[in-house]
Amino acid sequence: MNAPPITTASAESPALPNRFDLTAAIKDGLKTALIMLGLSIPILAYKTDQSGGDLWLSPRWGLVAILCALVFGLRILLHAFMATKAAREATPSPHQATEFVHAEPNAFQKTSRFAIPFFLGVALAFPVIIYFIQGGLNESRYWVDLGILILTYVMLGWGLNIVVGLAGLLDLGYVAFYAVGAYSYALLSTTFGLSFWICLPLAGILAGFWGMILGFPVLRLRGDYLAIVTLAFGEIIRLVLINWTDLTNGGAGISSIPRATFFGLPFTSGEGGFAQTFGLEFNGMHRIIFLYYLILALALLTNFVTMRLRKLPVGRAWEALREDEIACRSLGINTTNVKLTAFAIGAMFGGFAGSFFAVRQGFVSPESFNFLESAIILAIVVLGGMGSQIGVAIAAIVLVGGPEILRNLTFLQAVFGSGFDPNEYRLLLFGAGMVAMMVWRPRGLISERSPTVILKERKAISGSLVKEGHG
Amino acid sequence: MRWIQDPLLDVQHLTMRFGGLVAINDLSFKVGRGDITALIGPNGAGKTTVFNCITGFYKPTEGLIAMRKPDGSNLLLERLPGNSINWKAKVARTFQNIRLFSGMTLLENLLVAQHNPLMLSSGYTFLGILGLGGYRTAEKEAIEKAKFWLEKTRLIDRADDPAGDLPYGDQRRLEIARAMCTDPLLLCLDEPAAGLNPRESLELNNLLLSIRKDHGTSLLLIEHDMSVVMEISDHVVVLDYGTKIADGTPSEVKSDPRVIAAYLGVDDEEVEQVEAEIGV
Repeated sequence: MNAPPITTASAESPALPNRFDLTAAIKDGLKTALIMLGLSIPILAYKTDQSGGDLWLSPRWGLVAILCALVFGLRILLHAFMATKAAREATPSPHQATEFVHAEPNAFQKTSRFAIPFFLGVALAFPVIIYFIQGGLNESRYWVDLGILILTYVMLGWGLNIVVGLAGLLDLGYVAFYAVGAYSYALLSTTFGLSFWICLPLAGILAGFWGMILGFPVLRLRGDYLAIVTLAFGEIIRLVLINWTDLTNGGAGISSIPRATFFGLPFTSGEGGFAQTFGLEFNGMHRIIFLYYLILALALLTNFVTMRLRKLPVGRAWEALREDEIACRSLGINTTNVKLTAFAIGAMFGGFAGSFFAVRQGFVSPESFNFLESAIILAIVVLGGMGSQIGVAIAAIVLVGGPEILRNLTFLQAVFGSGFDPNEYRLLLFGAGMVAMMVWRPRGLISERSPTVILKERKAISGSLVKEGHG
Repeated sequence: MRWIQDPLLDVQHLTMRFGGLVAINDLSFKVGRGDITALIGPNGAGKTTVFNCITGFYKPTEGLIAMRKPDGSNLLLERLPGNSINWKAKVARTFQNIRLFSGMTLLENLLVAQHNPLMLSSGYTFLGILGLGGYRTAEKEAIEKAKFWLEKTRLIDRADDPAGDLPYGDQRRLEIARAMCTDPLLLCLDEPAAGLNPRESLELNNLLLSIRKDHGTSLLLIEHDMSVVMEISDHVVVLDYGTKIADGTPSEVKSDPRVIAAYLGVDDEEVEQVEAEIGV
């Protein structure tokens, strides 16, 4: 037995099977085109046309031919792409395997030093910027409203980030706490006439309390089971809101909820209103701009508290819990309490956001709190990168602002013809964007974790080492 | 015979059944204060199950596990909730398959280990979030302690690296450092020398000896590497099929025919012969 010498084998011929094989690609392309043709015959080849009572088939073989050629070309391109990719992967870079992996800060991390003050500055000056761009208060209404919407989702994303991103507990029913907050303000203010500033902390506390109530039954659950129970919890809250007609007025919702006041000064045109007290001309936009700054302050509070908690033992315990629950127990950490605090604090911020929602809309109904809302908030957290504050903010802007921007892309009509309505393709593009994100950045926009405490130098931790938690 | 005169941990009639399987059968042994006690036995003898019972991951079916604190008070470990065993009874452990917080830095790993004292000093988060109370100084002290253990385990240069980036041997040492950050009276090590090369395993011996000498921590270890067991342990307990077959100093255990039989396997004739000799 003489084993082949290992050293010469690799030097002989560099990985042949990875080379692009044109004949095979053409063959495969033809095959795919044939399948396309087969599929086209029942679907595309004939179109029914109607004229009065008559119905006839008009052949469209030209279209079929174009599509088949397109599929053939794309298939060959795909082969070429895969071959180069395989070849690139087969040739190891000289750095690979010889040096240990440095957790170097990536481009996002480097820019985030400038990006965070930039984003904050833009957020603070947003109504002013829009005022000058649009040239008037009333004209900027749409944009400030959009800003409020985005910031609400930023806040909800940051709140859910505590539960999903830091503690690693998958919560599909987060919207329940949003609903609890909204209904807390709606009911307390319409029934007892309490002001917004009293109801805001109460809504937070009540939502946090419901967070604990959800926390208890799911303490032992992990992964899919946890997801199902939280999903059910979200639905239960919504169904209770629909069916407990005596309290919540059912599906009709609660209307004429008192508006926000400027620390006691109502935004009205009359005597003692905000505009008159400050000697301004009355404008409905004052209230909207006030709401904008209110949600900005609430969102920044959420961020500040979360950043602070990460540096406290409870925040480290959340992250440790996400990494390894058994090790946590062996170190004397009461995992029950750690999980409950994560649920309660995450829910509390959901409650704050909910009561803001109620005061902004002046109307709440169970329809606003369906599963799709939970899904969007979770998508914001996952796309942003679990645990990353700035990533979640960017994801909220993209996911909530993006579809709205699309509404305004009227220049596309010049390209695709006047019948083209970009709004109809909103969800399609949204889905394509999500798929693309998951292909290129599977762990979210900013997957790196920043350490909470450092001895000498701050190094970003590669997302591949950070665990997602138990579900 | 320190384990008889001054036991730190007293395990009596410990039995653990999983359905019909008896993993540990009426096991009694003592761990001496300041001793290094080794728990050895062939694969599947129930050593890790004993550890899981002591550290609260399993509730034993029968028996008691008493921890004698230095002030003379007794704590029954099998009655404590899992997380109090580390915090109240001061028993720390490591795992056979390393369980580090791989996405957190070495320093963070050691700070998580000091969760309970830090939680107290941050006023259960309420004071800490407002920046009140002595959390700042407490955190500084915790970092100092972490630094001490990182230096001791020669990991200080990589303090800001994620734990998952460390090579295997370093991860083992970090797990010991993390367990020591909880100030344990008893440190339970589940195969600390597994996968280490001879040089690393010698280094581990020195680390364990210094832990015992400088910190007054008693050690209980499961080990297959006999060079570690015979060199550093004062007391060896041998398990086979969940039953104790020998208990004594390393030299006594080494020459025990039942231990040799359990480890090497013997013919039926020899078993009878050995049984006749020792009078079973």
